[in-house]
Amino acid sequence: MNWKKESVRDAYGKTLVELGKERKEIVVLDADLSSSTKTSLFARAFPDRFFNVGIAEQNLMSLAAGFAYSGKIPFASTFAVFATGRAYDQVRQSICYPNLKVRIVATHSGLTVGGDGASHQMCEDIGLMRSMPNIAIFSPCDAPQTREIIKSVVDYPGPVYVRLVRQDLPTLTEGMDFRIGEAQVLADGNDITLIATGSMVSTAILAASELKNQGISVRVINLHTIKPIDLKTIVRCARETQGIVTVEEHTVTTGLGAAVAEVVSEHCPTFVMRVGVPDTFGESGEPDALLEKYGLNVETIVRKAKSILEVKK
Amino acid sequence: MLTDEEIKFLEEKALAVRRHIIRMIYTAQSGHPGGSLSATDILVTLYFKYLKHRWAEPNWSERDRFVLSKGHGVPALYAVLAECGYFPKEELLTLRKINSRLQGHPDARKLPGIEASTGSLGQGLSVACGMALAGKIDKKDYRVYALIGDGESESGQIWEAAMTAHHYKLDNLTVFLDRNNLQIDGCTENIMCLEPLSTKWEAAGWHVLEINGHNYREIGYAIEESWTVKEKPTMIIAKTIKGKGVSFMENNVSFHGKPPTKEEAERAMKELGDTL
Ligand SMILES: Cc1ncc(C[n+]2csc(CCOP(=O)(O)OP(=O)(O)O)c2C)c(N)n1
Ligand SMILES: [Mg+2]
Repeated sequence: MNWKKESVRDAYGKTLVELGKERKEIVVLDADLSSSTKTSLFARAFPDRFFNVGIAEQNLMSLAAGFAYSGKIPFASTFAVFATGRAYDQVRQSICYPNLKVRIVATHSGLTVGGDGASHQMCEDIGLMRSMPNIAIFSPCDAPQTREIIKSVVDYPGPVYVRLVRQDLPTLTEGMDFRIGEAQVLADGNDITLIATGSMVSTAILAASELKNQGISVRVINLHTIKPIDLKTIVRCARETQGIVTVEEHTVTTGLGAAVAEVVSEHCPTFVMRVGVPDTFGESGEPDALLEKYGLNVETIVRKAKSILEVKK
Repeated sequence: MLTDEEIKFLEEKALAVRRHIIRMIYTAQSGHPGGSLSATDILVTLYFKYLKHRWAEPNWSERDRFVLSKGHGVPALYAVLAECGYFPKEELLTLRKINSRLQGHPDARKLPGIEASTGSLGQGLSVACGMALAGKIDKKDYRVYALIGDGESESGQIWEAAMTAHHYKLDNLTVFLDRNNLQIDGCTENIMCLEPLSTKWEAAGWHVLEINGHNYREIGYAIEESWTVKEKPTMIIAKTIKGKGVSFMENNVSFHGKPPTKEEAERAMKELGDTL
């Protein structure tokens, strides 16, 4: 398909600047990665409301908490691996426990970080963040959705985690309605449901059209809000189709697939097959080569979808 | 003490290492040239003169350990290890490619000679302290060396490790701080001021030396002095130039994590007396 591609990081940085003009309570913090996370755009526009704490992510999160206690709306950014891994306890104790309005926007999640390798490829962040009370989790599939999410979370009543990737993403949701917690139905069908999030939504769409060519009717759901999860939509899909394939650039053990399986097993048991990063660390490589090697592709989605239909026959 | 001949040898090795660094990062089209070039002379002096190690027996139990805490500088370490014979030099050009043993950041489980997996800054110094403590309780006389970044020193865990090394009187630990004054977003002193750095390390109970990190004789003296210090770890603050050896990369923050273009790589190689 001929999709236009756009950087979700740029979309984030530019939206921050727009918001910063109106909302003087917004402050932005970064940990020596502002050029990569694109908070540098805000730093240039509003140097008095930008704080670079250096390579000190734990400090970053607790400082953001201090700002939130004092009536500011802090956006704290760094790579996903540091935001959620290094600073896990600070996010838990300083931010989530007191239910503070800190907006953590992390970039470079998933395998497609590429050359930096496993030390920088965060595939566990959804799981880590999802396990904590109070926090809302967003995983936009393109630049327009990133803008929508960033604007929508400014006044969200608790902590927020937004997961971005390094790669440019194809534009899929331009002009579509966005509401926190409401999954988007990108294609309707009644044999099988693909529930995808973030960078993998476009791959799910491609897999759906491949399945359609093979005579299978596919529903495609974009689950941009991982938490609070859209129980209603997931249960409806479980009821109305033969089974669900989840697709995410995250470990299958604790991410979207796990979250969907939890919902389904309690409310409407059905098959859930998970496509995502297997239970292993990544490695250096070109983003596309990595996605192929670890099976995050059309082929795997098609195979898993057909295996459900096979069993159900 | 280094003889004139040894210094000449180190100069040649450093030149070879710098050439590898440019070729590797150019071929990968990703990686960190600045911090690799600033650390080159320290690594070369360690591996070709002072470190007790055996390339043919990388797990030799009596070997000295070296932990590259600033893991993004690993192209320099790979080049040094290849020059030592740990693996074929041809493999250097697989840096950051899929299925390569030469990961973007050091992976201790993939490549012989890599002592610790690093890349998330701030953790390697603690790992080195653990190795030094193990050496103490086993009554081994290997030494542990580590290299940390100046930007990296902003991370709290560095100071947790600083206290540990002091508390346990780790005089078998020699640490270099690559004081190139730059990190990703700019000059360290503008982002999070580190000075007075040597006073801080002294206050933490370390033996502190300040040297020129591109002068082999000074690097050598500092290492030898660290051997004589009793009951204290040694911090060698090595004043360096980020991008050292390639004029347009020197003190240029944009080459922290950016690969050279073809033209830049050719120019760099020319300055290093070779072709791409
Ligand atoms: C915990 C952590 N935070 C952020 C990064 C991203 N990062 C990689 S290199 C770097 C700057 C390092 O600066 P410095 O320690 O001075 O290294 P050098 O100048 O020698 O390259 C940063 C922030 C990281 N690798 N680890
Ligand atoms: Mg530095």
